[in-house]
Amino acid sequence: MFSAAIIVFRESLEAFLIISIMVAATRGISHRGKWIAGGVLIGLLGSALVASGMERISSVADGMGQELFNVGILVIAVAMLAWHNIWMASHGRELAMQIKSTARAVNEGGKERSVILVVIALAVLREGSETVLFLYGVANSGDNGLRDTFLGGSLGLACGGAIAGLLYLGLLRIPVSRFFAATGVLVLLLASSMASQAARLLVQADLLPSLGAPLWDSSGMLDQKTVVGTILHGLVGYESQPAGMQVLTYVLVLLTIATAMRWVSSRAKPPVPR
Amino acid sequence: MKKLIAISVLSLAALQAFAAADEFTLTIKDHAFAPKELKLPAGKKIKLLVVNQDVTPAEFESKPLGREKVIPGKSTGIVSLGPLKAGRYEFVEEYHETEAAAQGTIVVE
Repeated sequence: MFSAAIIVFRESLEAFLIISIMVAATRGISHRGKWIAGGVLIGLLGSALVASGMERISSVADGMGQELFNVGILVIAVAMLAWHNIWMASHGRELAMQIKSTARAVNEGGKERSVILVVIALAVLREGSETVLFLYGVANSGDNGLRDTFLGGSLGLACGGAIAGLLYLGLLRIPVSRFFAATGVLVLLLASSMASQAARLLVQADLLPSLGAPLWDSSGMLDQKTVVGTILHGLVGYESQPAGMQVLTYVLVLLTIATAMRWVSSRAKPPVPR
Repeated sequence: MKKLIAISVLSLAALQAFAAADEFTLTIKDHAFAPKELKLPAGKKIKLLVVNQDVTPAEFESKPLGREKVIPGKSTGIVSLGPLKAGRYEFVEEYHETEAAAQGTIVVE
């Protein structure tokens, strides 16, 4: 039961953190609740599908199918998050003003809604498929397998959800004028972290050089498997033993998106004073 | 994205051409690794075949090596490694990582 709780906690926390950041980052976009729920639902269905097809996925590309599949998911998610942040760089002020004046939510965010849907669906899919495989294995071993797995899994899920809920409530305390700047930074770090995970998978598939494996080892200071380590991994991509290629990718993606945001923001029209 | 695909395809081709990696095997049976300590040569490309003999899926994970791979039941996962520096690298079967049998070490010398 305990192992089920830990695994489900670890996997679900990452997805939960991504969801709560996206929910916060898209504050003020109309009907976003439906799109968030839709993303979770599609992600869960996808998890079951991917888990049941894992054998087939694994066997393609000379046994590197799993790596390439996950790289594909991550690259799409990074592109979506980058797009979101660049869009916000020109619309954030407007959204903040509307929230302040408690006007109706912005109707313009059509593409924004598909970003919510896709990013959340992919996050749930990635973490969910591994969880499904694990739970399937545990449920099939031992007499009380099913009940213990269910109890442990629910406990892990509840803990993951609670931490992400706290993060969300914390974010809401940020004054509206600085709110989107804060969520923008979180989304930026999230995108960089996902890019670094994609780099790790490409190193694992032997398609990229590792450039130092690992580049450093801070597991003595902060083990990635502890609760704090897991939270930091989910939020900013902390790894105790990263490959050099991961660090390089992280920095490059971070600088690229930040530069694009700054450029778009400087071109955006100044907000109309109220 | 196009660039990435091109790079991937090219590198895959290169991988095929220079697939001179040494092969080693690690077996998982009843969620236990055999051998628990695997000796690998330093400074060489290695193809580690992780054979999962259980019907349930397993996940080979090594933080020090930066590797994480799900291996479905009754199948073999390929984990490419190296060139590695001499040293000890821990690995676990993540789904049973608290059990001693599901923990092992790769010793590179």
